[in-house]
Order: sequence, then C-alpha cells, then structure tokens
Amino acid sequence: MFDGPEPLYVQIATHVRDQVLSGDLGEEEQVMSTTQFATTYRINPATAAKAFAGLVEEGVLYKRRGLGMFVAPGARELLLDSGRRAYVADVLDPALAQAARLGIPMDVVLARVHASALAVPPAAPASAQDAASGTVRS
Amino acid sequence: MTTAPIAVAAHGLTKRYDDVDALAGVDLEIRAGAVTGLLGRNGAGKSTLLQLVAGFERPTSGRILVDGEDPFDNAVTMADTQLVREGGDAFASEPVTDTLGWYRDLREHWDADLAAGLADAFELDTSQKVENLSRGQSSMVGAIIGLASRAPLTIFDETYIGMDAPNRETFYEALLTDYAAHPRTIVISSHLISEVERMFEDVVILDAGRVLVHGDADEVRARGLTLTGRATEVERLLGTRDVLARRDLGPTSQITVLTQPGDELPALARQAGLEVDGVGLQDLFVHLTRRTAASPEGESR
Repeated sequence: MFDGPEPLYVQIATHVRDQVLSGDLGEEEQVMSTTQFATTYRINPATAAKAFAGLVEEGVLYKRRGLGMFVAPGARELLLDSGRRAYVADVLDPALAQAARLGIPMDVVLARVHASALAVPPAAPASAQDAASGTVRS
Repeated sequence: MTTAPIAVAAHGLTKRYDDVDALAGVDLEIRAGAVTGLLGRNGAGKSTLLQLVAGFERPTSGRILVDGEDPFDNAVTMADTQLVREGGDAFASEPVTDTLGWYRDLREHWDADLAAGLADAFELDTSQKVENLSRGQSSMVGAIIGLASRAPLTIFDETYIGMDAPNRETFYEALLTDYAAHPRTIVISSHLISEVERMFEDVVILDAGRVLVHGDADEVRARGLTLTGRATEVERLLGTRDVLARRDLGPTSQITVLTQPGDELPALARQAGLEVDGVGLQDLFVHLTRRTAASPEGESR
C-alpha cells in the first residue's frame, strides 16, 4: 500500500476517495484519525494530515470540532461527478489513441462499444435515476 | 528544559579528523517538530553530524545551532537532546533496569510506563545485564531510551541493527504513535530506506561530508523519474537534465533522470506516450550516491 510513484499524500487521498466511491466509507461516517492512519500504514502523521486537509478542501471530508473527520454529505456524488468528467480525458481518449497505434479500425471499436451497450443496461447517472424515479436522497 | 520541539541549523559546518573532512561545509536546517530522515552511505558523515548536534564534539569550522545555541558542552541543549548511538550508551555490566533508571533520573519527561510497555512489546527481559544482550536486544534498549526520554530533539542513529523485522515494526509503530501524541523533532538515520521512508516528512542525503539533497520527502521522491519508450523520443525530451541511470534495450531506452521541483517533464513525457514511473527514495538514493564524482547541488527547498 502507498508505494506508487505519486507523492504519498496524493496516494493517501486517492485511497480515501476510492473508499468513499466504493461505499466502504459511507457519508457521515468517521474516517480514521491522522494518528490512526499514520500508525496503521506507518506513515508520517503530517503527511496523512496533508492528504486529509486536501480532501476537506475538495468537499469529500469535513471536520467536526473535537471529534475528527467525517465523510461529507454528497461526497460520493461529488466524486462520481468529477470521475465522470475526467473519464473521457483520462480513460477513453488514451484507449482510443492506443487503438489507433495498434491500427484497430474505428468501426471495430464502435462495434465493441455497441455490443457492450447492449450487454449492460444503460447506467444513467445516479442523480438522473433518482430524479426519474422520484427517490428522495437523504 | 523546554517542551516545545526544537530546530537545528548548520552553517558551513566542517569537522576534520586528522586529514579527512568528515563534514565539509554542511548547510542545513532540521525543522522543529518534523521527522527528518538522514541518509548517506557508510562514511558519508551522518554520525559525525549527529555527534555535533548532540554537543559531544566541537566543529573544526562553521557553526551548528540547536534551538539557536551552540550545543557543545551546553547543559541546556544537551538536556533537550537525546541521541541514541549505535553503541547504546548503557552500563554494560549492570542490568538493563539500571540504565533505564539512569535515564529516568536524567530526562525530565521520561515516561516509565512507555519504557515498560516497550520492553514488553520487545519481549526484552530488563533484568539481564547489558553485556549479555544480543545486538538486536541492545538496539531495543536504545529504542526504549530514545522514545521514553521524550526529548524535544530525539535522534536515532541506526537504531535497528540486529533487530528482526517484527521488532523493527514494533519500534516504528511505537515511534509514530508516541510522536503523534507528543510531537517533537525526530531525526532518523537508517540504511533500511524503503522501510522507514514513509515516516519522513523531510529528508537529507549526505554524501562525502556534503549535503547532496535536502527537502520535503515527497518532493525529493518526486524528483526521481524513470522514462521508458522510444530512444529518440526519450532523448529529445531529456534535454540537459541530469541522467542518473540509463538502460538501452534496442530501440527502447529506459532513463532515470533527476528533475527539478516543478519540472514539466512528467506531463510532457506522458503526452509523448512514454511510460513514466517514480523511482522511490531508496533507488533515488542509490543512483545519486553511486556517482563517485557527484557535485553537491545545494538545497532543493
């Protein structure tokens, strides 16, 4: 854990974001203190604090005075939104560029996209689904 | 005796033994309250620097300041500084408890419960005579003294030798737990870089008595990059940057390069379709200190 090329605090922030995205950390749930985080993963407490401060600024976490850090309401939606916005640039464009390098014709790529679109039911953004079904999100 | 963490500064610090400069004009600052990693090859001057900080020796020239004061033979700064040396500084022919008792009387913030808890965690029988301890057990005594002293400036000079991996884990975890609860300035000198580097906030690399690199550990780590891809493309992007290692695999090159903070090379290389990887502090250290004629590049902060 945490031995990637990015700065340590970036890796820690990514780890916490992933936990929120996967639902391992629910909204309003308390996250580990910087001390717990530091001793669990054997990292400097200041590095963990730097990661958490960044997540507070992003709106993923918030601080309750005297109690610690909690996952902000709407944090998962926030991360889904930014993940969706980054998807084309970070995932799709490199995949298409790789297809071009490999000489895979665009119609083959498109056929695959169509096939998977038929296999997987359309995944509308959660907020859109909620709006359509009238679900009230807490 | 203060309780606040204290800073260390060196200006042109030089220490000569006979004809050899163990330290040759070291300028550096160790930030109060941070955990600083001090790295260097054998004979790089790490222990000399730490002895000067602890006030055990006097510089040949230049200055060393601990909390703004000259530490040599200085009762005030020495009361605030706990250097754990490789030798252990324990009463050899007496039980471990005698040594711990001596430190308890010496160190104002000594925590006897912490010392006892650590001895338990290490499964160290403190009724044994120090001279009968194994190398690893002597290091445990050093670790206990260093942590339980809670000195505002705590220095561990290779306090791990002979300890097995589980005991080193115990030590690191205890250090982080106690540091988080009682922040102080901690300096760790170690050759086991990959297992301790994530505990560092700052890092100093000494080489042949000089400061080779000094800065925020994350920033220092980020300066080492490995680029892999088409040789001509790698070469083109490289420019005049410092090449630390090079491997040519036919038309493909893999080059480890030292970048300056804020360098756009990673982004440019990714755009050009090259593979960009970090090298880790351990590898960066090996690459940087392997070059025999390395010229000091000054501070990176």
